Amino acid sequence: MSIHILEISYLIASLTFIIGLKMLSHPDSARKGNLIAAAGMLLAIIVTLTLYQEFDSGKALNYGLIFLGLVIGTIIGTIMAKRVQMTAMPQMVSFFNGMGGACAALIAIIEFQHHQHATVTGFDGELLVMLLGLLIGSVSFSGSLIAYGKLEGKIKDKVLPFNQAVNMILLGTIVVLILIQMVSGSSPVLFYVLLGLALVYGILFVMPIGGADMPVVISLLNSFTGMAAAFGGFLYGNKAMLTGGILVGSAGTILTILMCNAMNRSLTNVLLGAFGGSAGGSAKTG
Amino acid sequence: MEAILNFIGDNMEMVYFLVLAILLGIEVISNVPAILHTPLMSGANAVHGVVVVGAIIVMLQASPDNYLALTVGFLAVIVGTLNVVGGFVVTDRMLEMFKKKPKKS
Repeated sequence: MSIHILEISYLIASLTFIIGLKMLSHPDSARKGNLIAAAGMLLAIIVTLTLYQEFDSGKALNYGLIFLGLVIGTIIGTIMAKRVQMTAMPQMVSFFNGMGGACAALIAIIEFQHHQHATVTGFDGELLVMLLGLLIGSVSFSGSLIAYGKLEGKIKDKVLPFNQAVNMILLGTIVVLILIQMVSGSSPVLFYVLLGLALVYGILFVMPIGGADMPVVISLLNSFTGMAAAFGGFLYGNKAMLTGGILVGSAGTILTILMCNAMNRSLTNVLLGAFGGSAGGSAKTG
Repeated sequence: MEAILNFIGDNMEMVYFLVLAILLGIEVISNVPAILHTPLMSGANAVHGVVVVGAIIVMLQASPDNYLALTVGFLAVIVGTLNVVGGFVVTDRMLEMFKKKPKKS
């Protein structure tokens, strides 16, 4: 019976995410929408803790660590969010976004440890989903932290030579390595090489983009994390994660495009054209 | 090829979910005014914090003597919670400011 309560709770949580996002897009109902989504999230977390598995006293350590993690995360998150200056909001969002990406990547790492013991012949869909969650999560993590550092003024705009070409080659390498991983079966070395490459790619992806375009990039990375969360949901067949992640993935992508339109620029212009933009900026100051 | 089709076939329910949720996501925010872009981004950021549910599941499934998994999972729970709590609180603060100064974009 408890499994049904769990599933129904996930359904309710998914609905609150949808309604919350809908209400967030109207000025009058925005604040309420945020609270509704937060309530749904709380419900999803509580039912996962209590109903996902029968309480097993042998796993007291696990429960203790989960609670400790929840408490630490809540305290630090609340303090950071309360203390931040109004003008520093975008970088705060970027930081929290990066944390979500890191969470998705860490989940993929643990799942990979489990997965290695299983022998799968032929096409290994689970491995692919895991890899995509890992890679997108890592890119989002390192990219968001760079965006955070740039907006905080801790990292200067720096255009590396042939940055776009290097990015393309890196992306190509990642795709090829995924294919090799899929064909040859799970190899831990390749898995961690991919993790490293994705982290580097996230840094190089955000590095050349100018400060003024940063909100657009954060929005894009936001939708990346959404996708990474959705891959996690796919892995567990968890509907709340799947809806929340995919909703943010698609809504975030559209939002990114809307933000570009509001600035009268195209997304490719922001991502690639920024190369010239920030180079011009540095030429002006220099 | 057949294996790929099998994988999709086995997860057909999930695939439906995926496709419909993508369309829903596009539909839900298609009429958002420009001043709400940043709060909406922040709200969406908090929503994808649902990934913390995955972190909790990982922790529940880990065997108590697998210290590597427990450590990594513990980290995942912390950063996931940061994402959820920080995300919602920041969004709320943004929208709070909104009410007092509606012209601020």
